[in-house]
This record gives sequence, structure tokens and C-alpha cells, in this order.
Amino acid sequence: MTTDTTTPTTEPLLELRGVSKNFGSVQALTDVDFEVRAGEVMALVGDNGAGKSTLIKCVSGIHVADGGEIFFDGELVTISSPKDSAALGIEVVYQDLALCDNLDVVQNMYLGREAHDVFQRLKEPEMERRTAETMKGLSVTTIRSIRQPVATLSGGQRQSVAVARAVMWNSRLVILDEPTAALGVAQTEQVLALVARLAEQGLAVVLISHNLHDIFAVADRITVLRLGRNITIYNRRETTQQEVVGAITAGVLTKVSGIEMTAPEEAL
Amino acid sequence: MTTGADTSTPGPASDEGFVQRIRANISAGNLGSWPVVIGLIIIVLFFSLKADNFFTPGNFTNILTQMAGVTMLAYGVVFVLLIGEIDLSISYVSGIAGVVVAQLTLAGSSHAIPGILAIAAAIGVCALIGLFQGSIVALIGVPAFVVTLAGFQIWQGVIQKSIPQGVLSIQDNTVNNVANYFFSEKAGWAMAIVVSAVYVASTVAGIVSRRRHGVAIRNPVMVVLKLVGIVGASFIVVAICNKDRGVPFVLLLIVAMLLLWTFVAKRTTFGRHVYAVGGNAEAARRSGINVPRVRIIVFMISSGMAGLGGVVLAARLSSVDLNAGGGTLLIDAIAAAVIGGVSLFGGRGEVRDALFGSLVIATIANGLNTLNLTQGTIYIVTGSILLLAVTLDTILRRRQKKAGR
Repeated sequence: MTTDTTTPTTEPLLELRGVSKNFGSVQALTDVDFEVRAGEVMALVGDNGAGKSTLIKCVSGIHVADGGEIFFDGELVTISSPKDSAALGIEVVYQDLALCDNLDVVQNMYLGREAHDVFQRLKEPEMERRTAETMKGLSVTTIRSIRQPVATLSGGQRQSVAVARAVMWNSRLVILDEPTAALGVAQTEQVLALVARLAEQGLAVVLISHNLHDIFAVADRITVLRLGRNITIYNRRETTQQEVVGAITAGVLTKVSGIEMTAPEEAL
Repeated sequence: MTTGADTSTPGPASDEGFVQRIRANISAGNLGSWPVVIGLIIIVLFFSLKADNFFTPGNFTNILTQMAGVTMLAYGVVFVLLIGEIDLSISYVSGIAGVVVAQLTLAGSSHAIPGILAIAAAIGVCALIGLFQGSIVALIGVPAFVVTLAGFQIWQGVIQKSIPQGVLSIQDNTVNNVANYFFSEKAGWAMAIVVSAVYVASTVAGIVSRRRHGVAIRNPVMVVLKLVGIVGASFIVVAICNKDRGVPFVLLLIVAMLLLWTFVAKRTTFGRHVYAVGGNAEAARRSGINVPRVRIIVFMISSGMAGLGGVVLAARLSSVDLNAGGGTLLIDAIAAAVIGGVSLFGGRGEVRDALFGSLVIATIANGLNTLNLTQGTIYIVTGSILLLAVTLDTILRRRQKKAGR
């Protein structure tokens, strides 16, 4: 599964070639290729232990890949810490949210990147104004006050805060790890609409999910991982849920990484 | 000291009613400083009715001088509790400060230095102790409980070994004045004016800044109430002190440290990171906050403030002996912060809570003393109030969690 089997209309924003990662004797990722373009939602699916989280952690700098190359915007980059990925404009929204419950929405949005003057004094009014603008820009309207502690928000609202935080920093690639896992039906709709809006605004979005319904609702393409290897990339409009389930659970032997494919995907 | 409005957990947008907002805060478990303030008022009323010599300007000043040392330690404890840790070494670290200041100003010795330098050296030594203990906690990952428990023993031992004669008397005036100096009447009024002016100016500056950014001013009623309350309280406190010996230097110290650490906790990036580490250390780490650095600095603050407290305590007796840092100092300092409303679970609490808590503990001890009750009664009452405060904290925390679901 390499890029020459697709005919992209635009160059991928993020491209991984032959990335490997092992933890001691456990081979978590073997020769994995992955790509995502600006303005598209790329779903990343696979069973538990397929290597989705490891792959994301290699991109976000929490783990460092043992082998392979990472290209961002066409250039070879090394990502060895979360700071490196943040500098490139890569933001990750984690499954467990990574919000501080005791802090309010504004404080969480600016966590670790507070606006301050030379005396390290916080610029509260500026942060509050920009938070309000970002929330409005993403049409997040269900939060009553951006000065209430995150602990008092519902799951969907918290997820919205986490996503909004990721996009506020001129980010170009947003990675969402199971954003709807703990949500009810209405809240899932809310978050999926938000995900679609991110792509509309020109960001590259990687969506990790177990929920095929969610994926078929918003994803443009679907990358399937199995046991730390690529299986295939599907174009959402040309595949079915059954086919994807088959790839996740059994793998598609004709499409294993390194073997030439018989049916290349169409470009978007 | 203040009217105790809760600025840490601002209510919902200003388009909602004042009463509604209070109700929302109560159901979400955000009571702020109200429980301890109300408790304090009840305690003062109780002793005022029971004892003739309690509600007097002289006794008010006594309470201030009695609580000053513990309050300094308690300010430091607030930061340690905010990051969800504990520091058991502070009492004997404060004793170390007493020893350092006494040794460096020892009359007739060859190594005597000016009092102000000796005080700075004492606080510096204590901050280094915090650096050492904090590094073991933050960099190696040894639980703070054990590290500071070891410190508790080690520093007690160091104190015993460094006072072979059993007691060191302090003759330096600068050092002794820390606990025993009283300002003139005029100086007292000047301080009330300065504190009021600074508070009014910073409030107005905040409002102007919010206007400029087009951000709504939350809770305008509360802003005015706080303004009136703080200005009024400063003048009343000075008036009471002036009826006795004047404003004690320790009151200036208590207020100055309150303002300094409140500023650090609520208005600086470091303070924000302290709350973040206490709320969710993993989230803080992923947000790029240097969590070990925050932890180490917090332990330095706690030890440094223990040092300042130790200087106050040594100055009050004009000496240090083998009991320096012993007794109920550790329990009182931690209890003050907890009774004041700082959560033991991290991430929730204010610097001013330490002051309220210290006031409660000092007032109870003083009041029971004026009623001629024994030390045993004081322990039982203070312990019961501590239990009450921790129970309340646990219940509030559970409510706050529920409010989000």
C-alpha cells in the first residue's frame, strides 16, 4: 500500500512510509504506511491491539518510531517529542480527553500555552475573548458559560472543548482518538458534525473509531490496520461496512502490505 | 479579611440571575470560602458571649501574633495540597530556619551577620531543603509522604545536633522585631489607605481591560461588595489594632504574603500550572507543562514559607530550643489549610483559605484558653473541626463530579 496506487488530487499533508515500532519483543507496528490530506477526514480503524494508538503516538511524538519515514507537507521530518508535533501543527484529542476538571473552559483551552506578559501575568480578557470566538467559529453553542469548570459539562460538551482546543492553535492536522466512545446518540451527532466542520475548514482530520456508523457518517477514506500492519485503504463511497469489518477481523490477504494490489482505490 | 466571594469558580454568564447563580454553585459543590467564614463568625460570637476578656482589641492583637508563624507555614501548605501532595517536613524545616537565624546572629560570635541577611539566609536554606525533597519526589517518583516523613525525622535530628547547649537566645533587634514590632497609629492608617488604594486600582484596571477586549464583567454586584468589604475590613482592623499597641508587623507580613501568593496562584502562568497539575497531572503533561518543575518549585515554596514561619516563631520567643518545630505546629499548619477549604485531593482551594483556617485554629485555642480550659479540650475541638472540614471536602468533591454527568 503505497501512494502510487492512488492518484491524489492533492499531496498528502502527512505521510508515513514503512513506520515500525516495537516494545521489547512485541512488534506493535510493522512497516506501516499512512497518509492524510488537507480537507479530508481519514478514518483509522482496526481491532484492539491493531496498533492504532501506537501509530498516533508516533505521529504526536509520545513514542518515537524505530524505523520508517514521516513526511509533513512533503518534507521529511523527525518527531521526537510532543513539542515537535505541536510545532508542525499536529494536535491530538485523546480518548480520555486530557482536560483538567477543576479548571474552566477558557483555562483548559489555553492549558500549557497561556497568554501572558513579560512578568508571566495571565492575560485573562484576551484568552476569554479568543475562546468565545473559537467556540462561535465552530458553532459550539451548547456550553452555557465558558467560565464554568469543565467538571460541570456533559460528555459531548467536554469533547467539544477538547476539539476546539486542538483547532485553536493554527493546527493543520487534528487527530481524534475515539471521540464518540463515551457519548449518547445526540451528543455523538454533535461531535460528528464538529468533525465534519473541521475538514470543511481545510484541516486534515484523522478519526480513530470502533464505531463504523460514525466512520461512514463523516470519513472520506478509511485506513484499516490489523496486527500492526496495513491491510488497505478504502474510499468510503466505494465500500460497505461488511467489507471493512472483514478487513478488520480477518484481513484481506490479497491486499497485505508489500503485495501489489489488484484493485487500486479511486481518488476522491 | 475579605468577604470571601469565590473567584476561582466564576458563575455562569451574566445573563442569569444572581440567586440562580448561587444556587447553581451550591448544587455543583462550589461553596468557596463561605463555610469557614460562617464558622469563624459563629466561633467569635460564641467566645464573645462566654468570656469577658475575649472580644477586646488586646486579645485581637494577641491572636494575630499567636497565629502568624503557623499562617506562614499554612500558605505554603496550600500550594502543596493544590498539586495533590503533602509535606510533613515543614515543621522541623521551620525549626531549621530558627536555628540558622539564631546561629548567624549569635551575640559575640565571629560569624554574626546583620539580622536581615540572617533571615534571608534562613529562608534560602529552607528553600534548598525544598529543592532537595521536591527533586526526589518529582524526578525519581518517591511518594511525597515518605520523602517528607524522612525529612521530618532528619531535620529534627539536625536541630538537636546543632543546639548542643539546649537553647540559643536571639539578641538581634531586626530578627526579634519580626514578631514583636508594632507600628505607630499613623503608619497603621497609611497601610489601610495603601491596601485599599491598591485593591481599588487593580479592580478598576481589571474592569477597563475586560471592557477593552469586549468581555462581559461577571458578577458586578459581587465586585462592588468585595470592594466595599475589603476597604472596610482594612480600616476596621487597623482601628482595632490602634486601640491596643498598634498594627503588629506580623499583620503586615500576613497580608503581604496573602497578596503575594494569591497573585502567584491566580494571576500567573505558574499558578495556573499548579492548579492544572493538581487537577489532572497527565493532562498537564500532555499540554506541554513541565510537571516535575512545577512540583519542585511548589516544594520550594512550602519549605521557604516554613522558613519564614520559623523566623517568626523564633523571634516571638527571642530564642530557639530543642523543641523548635515540634508540638502541634505541623498539624496546625496542615489543618489550617484544610479547614480553610483547600482540598486534600488537589486542584481546589485558595491561598486565603490558609488565613481563614489559621484564624479558626488560633481563635479556638485562644478562646478556650480565656475560658481556662485545658490543652486537651483544645486538641479535641480542633480535631473535630478538622474532621468536619475534610468530610465536607469529600462530599463537595463527589457532588462536583456528579454535576458533570
